[in-house]
Amino acid sequence: MKLDVRIHGRGGQGVVTAAELLSVAAFEQGLHAQALPSFGSERTGAPVTASCRISDLPIRSHDPISQPDLLVVQDLTLLRDPVVMAGLPEDGTVVVNTNRDLADLVHGGLVVGPAQRWVTIPANDLSRQLLGRPVPNTALVGAVAGMTDLLSPEAVATAIRRRFAGLGEEIAEANVRLAEQARDLVMTTTAGGDVRC
Amino acid sequence: MLRQVEGSRAVAETVARCRPHVVAAYPISPQTHIVEALSELVGSGDLTACEYLTVESEFGALSACIGASAAGARAYTATASQGILFMAEALPNASGLGLPMVMTVANRALGAPINIWNDHSDALSQRDAGWLMLFASSNQEAVDLHVQAFALAERLSLPVMVCMDGFVLTHAVEEIDVPGQDEVDAFLPPFRARQWLDPDEPVTIGAMVGPEAFTEVKYLMAHRQLRALDDVSQVARDFAAAFGRDSGGLLRPYRTADADVVVVALGSVLGSLADVVDELRDEGLAVGALGVTCYRPWPLDEVRRALREVPRVVVLNRAFAVGSGSILGQDVRLSVPAATKVHDVVLGLGGRPLTHDVLRRLVLDVVAGQVGSDTLTFYDLDHQRVATELARELADVPSAGGAS
Repeated sequence: MKLDVRIHGRGGQGVVTAAELLSVAAFEQGLHAQALPSFGSERTGAPVTASCRISDLPIRSHDPISQPDLLVVQDLTLLRDPVVMAGLPEDGTVVVNTNRDLADLVHGGLVVGPAQRWVTIPANDLSRQLLGRPVPNTALVGAVAGMTDLLSPEAVATAIRRRFAGLGEEIAEANVRLAEQARDLVMTTTAGGDVRC
Repeated sequence: MLRQVEGSRAVAETVARCRPHVVAAYPISPQTHIVEALSELVGSGDLTACEYLTVESEFGALSACIGASAAGARAYTATASQGILFMAEALPNASGLGLPMVMTVANRALGAPINIWNDHSDALSQRDAGWLMLFASSNQEAVDLHVQAFALAERLSLPVMVCMDGFVLTHAVEEIDVPGQDEVDAFLPPFRARQWLDPDEPVTIGAMVGPEAFTEVKYLMAHRQLRALDDVSQVARDFAAAFGRDSGGLLRPYRTADADVVVVALGSVLGSLADVVDELRDEGLAVGALGVTCYRPWPLDEVRRALREVPRVVVLNRAFAVGSGSILGQDVRLSVPAATKVHDVVLGLGGRPLTHDVLRRLVLDVVAGQVGSDTLTFYDLDHQRVATELARELADVPSAGGAS
């Protein structure tokens, strides 16, 4: 078993933290995991990429993920960059942070490539409701956990509580709820079959 | 205890458990997380009896460590890239004076052009400074090498550099067994300097030596360095006995027995290389990898033994000597029989990723005879881009008469 996740977002969206949270949740489940940021210029708003490998075998390599099983796109505008979709196989999955539905994205020419599984999740909206500001990363971590059925809600909650311990219990718990909401949303959306285009 | 933790954080906690008396550092990417964490550990009182010195520069950092070590303190610093160049004046003083200390180098390219990403040009530029240089192949090894480095430094009365790939290891979050305080205390005895500056019992450290004895002092330095090879092996064996895992030592061979091709490398690429070796072995190719953990002193005899029967050796150079050739490759060439084909390859400069696909293609190209063994090959070069620029540059050259 292995799951290679690549996360694309912008500086300030918690891209690196999302990869770390996934890796800690996987570790809590007794799996092997590795989160790797690939830093760019570290400016707010600049494109940022991070990788997370999850496996039932020890992980030896440290190169960035070039053939992801699952892509997380934290900012819709990045979909126009061919770098984002690079290396995704035909049976790969894309999770996009947007409040638009898939048909709308197809209409706008934002969904391209082979017949991958696409899932949309309004992570910014969920975050605004619970945190008061649009930080989509924990919602997307919850969504990934729900879609892959690999990471339990408890493992994700543990990872979030540990990472956000320094920010106070209120913020940590709000992030735990955010991840759970996104998880529930994704599981209901995909219950009737995969969203495909 | 096994934890999912960032490499830098794990190294900082390990260094703290080695109980340094003085940490002096100037922040520079990608070393920053290590020294930030150490300053927090001192500030929070988790690391006691330690003075954290916020200095004005890397030169100040290493000079403070030299002073601290000469006064009998266990000293630590960390740097990267141009930071180690700014230390260059003080580096041979630390080694020449026989002052034990440990420095982490979070390997990063040297500018210009400015580049914050990983290669080995910073550490290798100081390869002749008289420090022991150990390269970590993983974050677990990076952590373990720091414990071993303090033991080695104090046993030999020499400074030790622990090199770990910047960002690739320093910023990776993975499972790492950070040694506990009791384990480190049992392995690393309290530091007792061979001699130290004490106003009550004055000694001179660093007197001038003239032509009548300078060569002899330098010869003894060289001799001491080579003798250190045995200690590097011994400390790694002691570590394995105490901690139950293999880390450090001179070399890290992987499936080199009966190999037709062995890839030699420094640092974290060893992980991906091992994956590629397994894959190609499954396909019937007799390929192996040889990680060099101890780069200085150079383990000539051990490399010679490891590569003696290997007809083709590929050297991954993540730094090179401009106007001359390779660096690691030259050391390897000196260690193999004349008939061995050494394919000296530069790649992975300034953060260009050494992916599984690139490494696999490299080995297959070498086997297919498409990589030369008499010149330095820039393997991951964009040839078209370079050709365009070269054509433009050469067209701009003024004629011999001076008219342009």
